[in-house]
Amino acid sequence: MSGHLNGLRAVFLREFHGYFATPLAYVFIVIFLFTTGAFAFYIGNFFDAGRADLAVFFSFHPWLYLFFMPAIAMRLWAEEQKTGTLEILMTLPMGLMSAVLGKFLAAWLFAAIALGLTFPIWITVNVLGDPDNGVIVASYIGSFLMAGGYLAIGACLSAATSNQVIAFVTGVFVAFIFTVSGSALVLEFAAVVLPQTMVTTIAGMSFTTHFQAIMSGVIDLRDLVFFITLIAAWLGLNAILVDLKRVG
Amino acid sequence: MIELNGLVKRFGSLTAVDGISLHVEKGEVLGFLGPNGAGKSTTMKMATGYLTPSEGSVRVCGHDMASAPLEARAAIGYLPEGAPAYGEMTPHQFLIFNARARGFRGDQRKSAVATAVSRTQLTKVLDQPIQTLSKGFQRRVGLAAAILHNPPVLIMDEPTDGLDPNQKFAVRRLIASMAKEKAIIISTHILEEVDAVCTRAVIIDNGKVVADGTPAQLMARSRYHNAVIVEIGNAHAEDAASVLRTLAGVDRVSEAREAASRRFTLFPTDASELLIENISTLVREKQWDVRGLYAEEVRMDEVFRTLTTSDATAAEGDQA
Ligand SMILES: Nc1ncnc2c1ncn2[C@@H]1O[C@H](COP(=O)(O)OP(=O)(O)OP(=O)(O)O)[C@@H](O)[C@H]1O
Ligand SMILES: [Mg+2]
Repeated sequence: MSGHLNGLRAVFLREFHGYFATPLAYVFIVIFLFTTGAFAFYIGNFFDAGRADLAVFFSFHPWLYLFFMPAIAMRLWAEEQKTGTLEILMTLPMGLMSAVLGKFLAAWLFAAIALGLTFPIWITVNVLGDPDNGVIVASYIGSFLMAGGYLAIGACLSAATSNQVIAFVTGVFVAFIFTVSGSALVLEFAAVVLPQTMVTTIAGMSFTTHFQAIMSGVIDLRDLVFFITLIAAWLGLNAILVDLKRVG
Repeated sequence: MIELNGLVKRFGSLTAVDGISLHVEKGEVLGFLGPNGAGKSTTMKMATGYLTPSEGSVRVCGHDMASAPLEARAAIGYLPEGAPAYGEMTPHQFLIFNARARGFRGDQRKSAVATAVSRTQLTKVLDQPIQTLSKGFQRRVGLAAAILHNPPVLIMDEPTDGLDPNQKFAVRRLIASMAKEKAIIISTHILEEVDAVCTRAVIIDNGKVVADGTPAQLMARSRYHNAVIVEIGNAHAEDAASVLRTLAGVDRVSEAREAASRRFTLFPTDASELLIENISTLVREKQWDVRGLYAEEVRMDEVFRTLTTSDATAAEGDQA
């Protein structure tokens, strides 16, 4: 057991420091903050809405994560395969899941820091008006969980290839499916060609739908379970893909 | 200490390793030889638990790689082919990462890293990103990571590849200094290296072991082993040629013509016999004009070439 934790800790620290080893992390955070701000203030008419809440700000998160999370995750496994370090990682005395979790948690913490740095926007609405801070806290938690979902997808697809660009593109593609699957357009189309149960399943897989439910201010157990299960499933698949490399 | 039992590895229709069994004990330094693509690296990847064998099993210090992988891996230090490392890390960070993953903490970690650094002479480049280091230093970083936890089994895939002669010497000395208390497997294309550091040499070809013995035993398999070269002035050359060809104990004679002499290489029927004594008596009796008489020096690469055929470079030439 201690072997697993040592490994997880070592991988987590390595990956997390890895984000800050290059200026890329700072560039990324700045762009992320700029984009969230721009979307909220300009595109979302943050002030014109005349409401002191962050609904507009959060509603753009799925669309931002769609690109940002695969960008954070693409390096995780693709690089190891390309440079051959996977051979080092996989011959250290740690379980496969320690490596998978260590990498994922490092990426998730990095995303959490980027998300946390949007706090000035929260302060701003409190200065301008009297928002429901409970709803905002719930939304932040929901956004964090959703980021985990996108990252798990990205990590898994990064294990499928040794090319980071391919990992990014396929990551965005799959993330896109999970983003739009709840939209009216998709569901109406699906209702024409698919039986009702499958339409319900597709709708139930939507990140946006579950995130919006949390954004309403109530953290429903079902939404929590949805994101956690989804993360676990993608990370499980991630582990299987890595293990397949060892079969040759 | 490490046992490979009937290892087979198939990649699709290609059988890269085809039934390799080896037991390496403490105190042994096994040199793994073979042409490009023979299956050396693939065998090592299975031995270290990176690749899952198609057939066969690996036991390290009593731990089965399949059922107790963490214990088995903990007992191994591994330098993969090409010494991959995380390029953006410094050697110091990379070693700390390895030590952490292997459960070293606090002072224990510091001293493990410090020992590995001093044994591989990395002090000078400790805080420079690995990707900016020269090839030789990158190799030494990999080497440091492999010996960091003082493992009972050490597996190194071409450890001296890309090192300058001084560093090659240093690495061989390092291997020799660890040889007593470890089981070591190294692969190499440098045949003198086998002579210099290995207590045992295994040649593999097409995924199979074709020779296994001490370096001296392998040399004895050369057709040049105990072969004799005698150079005779042109005046007596014809006479000598007819006598030497029919001499008892001589299997085959090859000739090379020089300006004023002819050089004969005599291959013994039984390599364990010292042909040179008979020949020296004979030429004295015959009173030929002898320009030179010496035993052929056996070179490892000649043994290697005769034993391995998969690489088409095996040349059938008579050189003196
Ligand atoms: N992952 C893989 N997929 C398919 N074939 C592979 C794979 N790895 C190795 N091979 C093949 O297996 C054979 C043995 O390769 P290996 O790397 O073990 O040779 P080697 O003895 O280490 O050669 P070298 O001296 O060049 O390092 C080669 O034909 C190689 O192409
Ligand atoms: Mg090799």
